[in-house]
Amino acid sequence: MTPDLECKGLTKRFGDFTAVDDVSFSVPAGSFFSILGPSGCGKTTIMRMIAGFQDPTSGDIEIKGKSVLNAPPNKRPVNMVFQHLALFPMMNIADNIGYGLRRKKLPKDQIARKVDEALDRIGLPGIGNRKVDELSGGQKQRVAIARCMVMEPDVLLLDEPLGALDLKLREHMKIELKALQTAFDTTFIYITHDQSEALVMSDQIAVMNEGRFEQTGTGRDLYYRPDSAFVAAFVGESNRWRGKIERVQGNEMEMRTDTGMLMRGATHGRSLSAGDSADIFVRPEAIRVTRDATELEQFDNRITGRVTSLLFNGAASRILVRDATANEEIEVNLPQSGEYASLARGDEVHIGWSGAQGNCFPVGAD
Amino acid sequence: MQSGTRLGFYLLLTPLVLWLALLIVIPHIDMFLVSLRERVGVRQYETSFANYLTFFTEPLYIWTFVRTAVMSVLATIITLLIAFPVSLYIAKIARGRLGQVLFVLCLIPFYVSELVRTFGWMILLRETGLVSNLLQWAGLADQPVEMLYNDAAIMIGLVYTSMLFMVVPLVTTLESLDDSVIEAGYDLGGNGFSVLREIIIPHAAPGIVSGSIVVFMLSLGNYLTPTILGGKDSLWFTEMIYNQFIVRFNWELGAAFGFMLLILSSLIVWGMLKLTRQSLEETMG
Amino acid sequence: MIPTIPQPRALRIVYGTYIALFFLYLALPLTVVAVFAFNDSQFPSLPWEGFTWNWFFGDSRPMIGVFHERPIIRAVGTSAFVAGIVGLLSVAVGTSNAFLFNRYNFRGKGLLYVLMLLPLVIPGIVLGISILVFSSTVANGMWDIAKMDIQALRPGLLLVILGQFSFIATIATLVISARLQKFDRSLEEAALNLGASRLTAVRTITIPFLMPAMIGALVVAFLMSFENFNTTLMLVGSDAPLTIAMFDRLKEGSTPLLNAVSLLLMLGSSLLALSLILFQRRK
Repeated sequence: MTPDLECKGLTKRFGDFTAVDDVSFSVPAGSFFSILGPSGCGKTTIMRMIAGFQDPTSGDIEIKGKSVLNAPPNKRPVNMVFQHLALFPMMNIADNIGYGLRRKKLPKDQIARKVDEALDRIGLPGIGNRKVDELSGGQKQRVAIARCMVMEPDVLLLDEPLGALDLKLREHMKIELKALQTAFDTTFIYITHDQSEALVMSDQIAVMNEGRFEQTGTGRDLYYRPDSAFVAAFVGESNRWRGKIERVQGNEMEMRTDTGMLMRGATHGRSLSAGDSADIFVRPEAIRVTRDATELEQFDNRITGRVTSLLFNGAASRILVRDATANEEIEVNLPQSGEYASLARGDEVHIGWSGAQGNCFPVGAD
Repeated sequence: MQSGTRLGFYLLLTPLVLWLALLIVIPHIDMFLVSLRERVGVRQYETSFANYLTFFTEPLYIWTFVRTAVMSVLATIITLLIAFPVSLYIAKIARGRLGQVLFVLCLIPFYVSELVRTFGWMILLRETGLVSNLLQWAGLADQPVEMLYNDAAIMIGLVYTSMLFMVVPLVTTLESLDDSVIEAGYDLGGNGFSVLREIIIPHAAPGIVSGSIVVFMLSLGNYLTPTILGGKDSLWFTEMIYNQFIVRFNWELGAAFGFMLLILSSLIVWGMLKLTRQSLEETMG
Repeated sequence: MIPTIPQPRALRIVYGTYIALFFLYLALPLTVVAVFAFNDSQFPSLPWEGFTWNWFFGDSRPMIGVFHERPIIRAVGTSAFVAGIVGLLSVAVGTSNAFLFNRYNFRGKGLLYVLMLLPLVIPGIVLGISILVFSSTVANGMWDIAKMDIQALRPGLLLVILGQFSFIATIATLVISARLQKFDRSLEEAALNLGASRLTAVRTITIPFLMPAMIGALVVAFLMSFENFNTTLMLVGSDAPLTIAMFDRLKEGSTPLLNAVSLLLMLGSSLLALSLILFQRRK
């Protein structure tokens, strides 16, 4: 089956600056594809090239197998939800949603019917006569999506549409967007710098940095099996240490951090050899905390230290543990099952983790 | 009265009230009263509508009045049509440094006295002027052509003089239109024409209205341009007012004329605001 | 429409040409006025008789230059005097109005605000005659009651100043109000919190913040007054400001002397306007 969208060797240069550097990817029909990256990584440029507001320096964009490079933005079978939504303030809601249909010269009664259907679909029936600025942030969001969906595009582009919303609403809209995508059964290309938006909604995520795709995969892949130090650092939170590799044996390795802590880990197939400088990443939730050292016998990394800070944050509560010998602070997830409710600053605790949970990358590779 | 003292309030209120009362409101009331006076003898007056009757029964006066209004409306429309593409270019296409430079270039001529601008058109258009010479040189005319002292010359001068007051509000409103709104229009299948008609022009409406009001007012109240470029018989209403006041010394009739001009301009401004559902505060303030 | 939307090449060329023609139209009359200031002829028109500085510095008939033409020099002085007073008065009243409308809520505020805007939509010539009529009513009244002849109320500089002030004050008010609206009131509260009195807070915090707008309003008011014609025409007495003096000469027939004066005016006002723009850019 031809993918809905395929980019081949897409490159965009502005003078000496390369915003997008030889990016290729394809998005299967009906899937939710996210491009995740820090601001300035080139993700907006990719989106604007797909929509037709910028011409690629080289490379090709195909939609349903046909190149769209020669089509102007108003003739492309893609629609875009803009970052600040770009609802037309001079029109009411119904006219906003009907705008594209009027451009297609549909008869009036048909436009009215489709607009009503779209309003039903987004759960806002009967608001057609309202003005844009009478709606709440979440309602505007849904109208902006409906305005595109009535066009029945092959691909819907969304440019950080949740950025302007407050936290609660953003959490809610994540779920709703995913539901809308399933309901409309359309391919969504979503760009964001917020990893949680990407992880929750996407079928596939591409992590982008400095104009290139670092890794493409499911959220689970990116989180547990990052391909690069950048992905490991950017997606999720990690303890990060730099050090020298002392020993590599098969899949097992040992590394001593610059502060003198010895860590055991797995190479996960990466080419690492003794004497290399490397970064190791360990997620706080991969570390087990206990008051009784004997519980940690199955782990190959075990440390005893004192609690220096309690970072209470509900289910995501953590503690900082200072290693007695290396004087290094380690962030550890604190289970909220009750057994650590009495934990206080200065208490001695034991922590441990399996070496396979660590991800190690040679320095300079990112 | 949440902030400041009562004394402060009256200190700030006084200059405003003095200004508006002594220079705007009372003078206009007085002018209206004078326009209602009919001279029946030496320093003897009666209250009557005689001056207005004169205005409405003398075809020359009515004709000049209507002509001034129509020409001013026409000047406003032409100015708008010329200024809109230019403003769109400055606000949305040139942008950045070039946009700023073009905008300043638009402003500079209007810091120069209207007299100088009109004088320039005189040098260009008169019989011995540049355009006439150019036409002869190009073989399009075999003798000097007089291009002054006709309605077209007046129109050129009025449009030129008013241009700034249209460009500034248009550029300001057009700059406030977010690019992504225009892009959304295209993204949803619109073309240049439909985006202009459904998105850009509705957005620019406040600028169009305030620009049009100012240009209309300036044309209607203009004295210099019609007198210099239109010559003695240019039949502009402000000239009639001037003549009644300064040449004939008939202040009563002059005041009536002045009042008619005021009513005409207020009506048109009011009508324009009503038509576009805007208020004077939004448009001017 | 905007650079990110591809447009046909032909359309772009036509549009660019239109813009170029527009700026040519803007520049043409001013250029012509400037060039003919240097024509060695009695008339500011073709044929070109050669280049001369005489219309600026000449001191003998028939070519008396601007700098030796007493009436013109005097008219410039009169205009500058009037413009200076109108400018200062407008900024003072404009600042007061800005504070009144920004800081106080009172009955009739809306009405006063609309009244304040009205001078912008009253034709200048009507403003002129209404003030002329009213001042003469007052003068006549004073004569009838007290047999006092108040010359100041007859056409002359005082009336010119009042007439110009009557609408320039509106512009000053709008310019200064716009800036005051952007002022963060908590800065003043911080000053009060640090021990300043209310008046000191305004003097040391708010007024410096308003300064760019006040200077801008002063320059705009000065230029508007300097080049005002309609209102001045109805109120002028024996001391003619420059625009009126030039108008009288223009009616008699123009010589390149007028071009020379115009060129100096252009240079002067462009310089003033440009320095204002640069000053505001820097802020």
